[in-house]
Amino acid sequence: MIFRVFNKEELSALFDVLAENIIVGPVEKALDKDGIPLYSFELVRDYEELRLQYPSTKISAKKYFLPHNETLSSFSVDKEGWTKHVDYNIYKPLVFFGMHACDINALNKLDKVLLESVYPTPYYGSKRKNMFIVGVNCTPQSHCFCRDMGADTVQHGFDMFLTDLGDRYFVEVLSAEAFNYLDRINSREAVEVDHLDYMKRVKERIGKFTSKVDTTDLTKILDMEFDAEVWREWGEKCLSCGTCANVCPTCYCYGVDEQVDLDLKGAHKIKHLHSCNLLDFAEVAGGHNFRPESYIRLKYRYYHKHRGFVEAFEESLCVGCGRCGEACLADITVPEVIASVRGEG
Amino acid sequence: MSGELSYLGVSLSRPRVAFFELTSCEGCQLQIFNKEATLIDFLSLVEPVNFREVMDEKSNDYQIAFVEGAVTRQDEVVKLQKIRENAEILVALGSCACFGGVAQLKNRFNDMEWVKKEVYGDYPIDTQQARPLSAEVKVDLEIYGCPIKKEEVERIVVDLLVGKAITHPKYPVCMECKANENICLFDLGEPCLGPVTRGGCDSWCPNSRMGCWGCRGPAEAANMDQMIKIMARHGISRETMLDRLECFGGFAGYVEEMRTDETNEDIQGNSE
Repeated sequence: MIFRVFNKEELSALFDVLAENIIVGPVEKALDKDGIPLYSFELVRDYEELRLQYPSTKISAKKYFLPHNETLSSFSVDKEGWTKHVDYNIYKPLVFFGMHACDINALNKLDKVLLESVYPTPYYGSKRKNMFIVGVNCTPQSHCFCRDMGADTVQHGFDMFLTDLGDRYFVEVLSAEAFNYLDRINSREAVEVDHLDYMKRVKERIGKFTSKVDTTDLTKILDMEFDAEVWREWGEKCLSCGTCANVCPTCYCYGVDEQVDLDLKGAHKIKHLHSCNLLDFAEVAGGHNFRPESYIRLKYRYYHKHRGFVEAFEESLCVGCGRCGEACLADITVPEVIASVRGEG
Repeated sequence: MSGELSYLGVSLSRPRVAFFELTSCEGCQLQIFNKEATLIDFLSLVEPVNFREVMDEKSNDYQIAFVEGAVTRQDEVVKLQKIRENAEILVALGSCACFGGVAQLKNRFNDMEWVKKEVYGDYPIDTQQARPLSAEVKVDLEIYGCPIKKEEVERIVVDLLVGKAITHPKYPVCMECKANENICLFDLGEPCLGPVTRGGCDSWCPNSRMGCWGCRGPAEAANMDQMIKIMARHGISRETMLDRLECFGGFAGYVEEMRTDETNEDIQGNSE
């Protein structure tokens, strides 16, 4: 691993050299009713808009690699027949400036399903392979439980990762491109004092986690508690609105609609991200619904994240970003649901 | 406009369509003609034979009737029954036709004679409780919204033509609102019925930072008990919530239940 260091004043220079590409980063989107800023990942045209110290964004950066709605193919139809056009909907690489470890881990998990599986999806792959990621360290918020999900640090899947050491940034360099960009600004090799400050910073951060999810034997406990009454209790609260899946950085389930154009000269096949909490999710032709009850839908979302994925990949599909619990109007949070299933709620 | 219609070599018949209005603002019909960019394409799919807002010709020979508005007078009942006899497919167009719409707000007053006097004075007029089309005749298809969304009507007409099943989302507005990455109205301190209202509008109002008023009626798994708790937790009064739920009539059943609960609580409160 290559470690480099640059002074804080150089951050704008780094932004400038990266700005030959399109930059996506955390910006202030609005103020909530109490005057507290709400953040989101948007295109950043001006360095002044970038908020690297952001606590968290309301919605993950998912739209840039798994758009909520995406045209998979279009068809032109004429008297002779039809022609199919496929577009992976990526025209330029994107630089992500300021992703937290949880969100990079989310991409790594998605890679396992969408890139490294038997049927990789080129719509995701084309976007994922055309990303340059600058990670940045974060301050754990009250809703963060990434540490329990093993997603509080990230080993790969980014180009460089910045850690704020007060007057300077400590940089892990993972790609040649990242090394070359750092060469274009005033940076130096990390020395002993930087290493010590980095380790001090890591220790401080660990002490700030407050939320807790006990994952000991969780796959087994979920199997044992399949019929537990608590699922019904959470199901009674659930709005079946899909908000949790929409803000989640790893929910990838989708549906595909086919729509004939108004002029009857073509058609489109459109993918919509779906949510297993929606009543429509498990409805099939003829109107039969495999999961008509909201508590069962909610339960299966937990089983996918914390049981099925773990059995398949030795890790949870949840990164512990806590966005679903923050966004849920019914106050359904992962730490509380898991604790209740463990009989600790 | 004429010409043979075909898709993938299969010829399609151009349905004769008629538009009618009962008690309404005629805004839904206006929507049909509001989107000029696709108007020509839309009109080449159908053959309008009766559409008072835009043409003089009137024919009773049609296959699909789009009816806007609520039923509030006896002559409307007769008119609607005639339309039902003539049409193969009767479509309720918009919230008034589907639920009674804004006009059904008067139904909250028990004494219709008093309502009439209050609004029209001594002028003689027939007015009844506002009702959805389905209270009088069989409705084949409902298109929700106040107003309807033109894109949705276009999709439905194309699906009808090519013989696809017509489906409405069962999920609530939140689904599309989050896909549009809007800031939750509750974070901004505003009431919103998005969590319990049927989607399909592409979160039209929340996109403009205006909370949902429930014009499309309840989502199919609407969790009203939780919605009541959410409103209370955000400091929004029950009356504000009821105002919204009552506005378009889609939530009439829920409103009745909530009002009954209130009455029961009052009775209990008084007896204590």
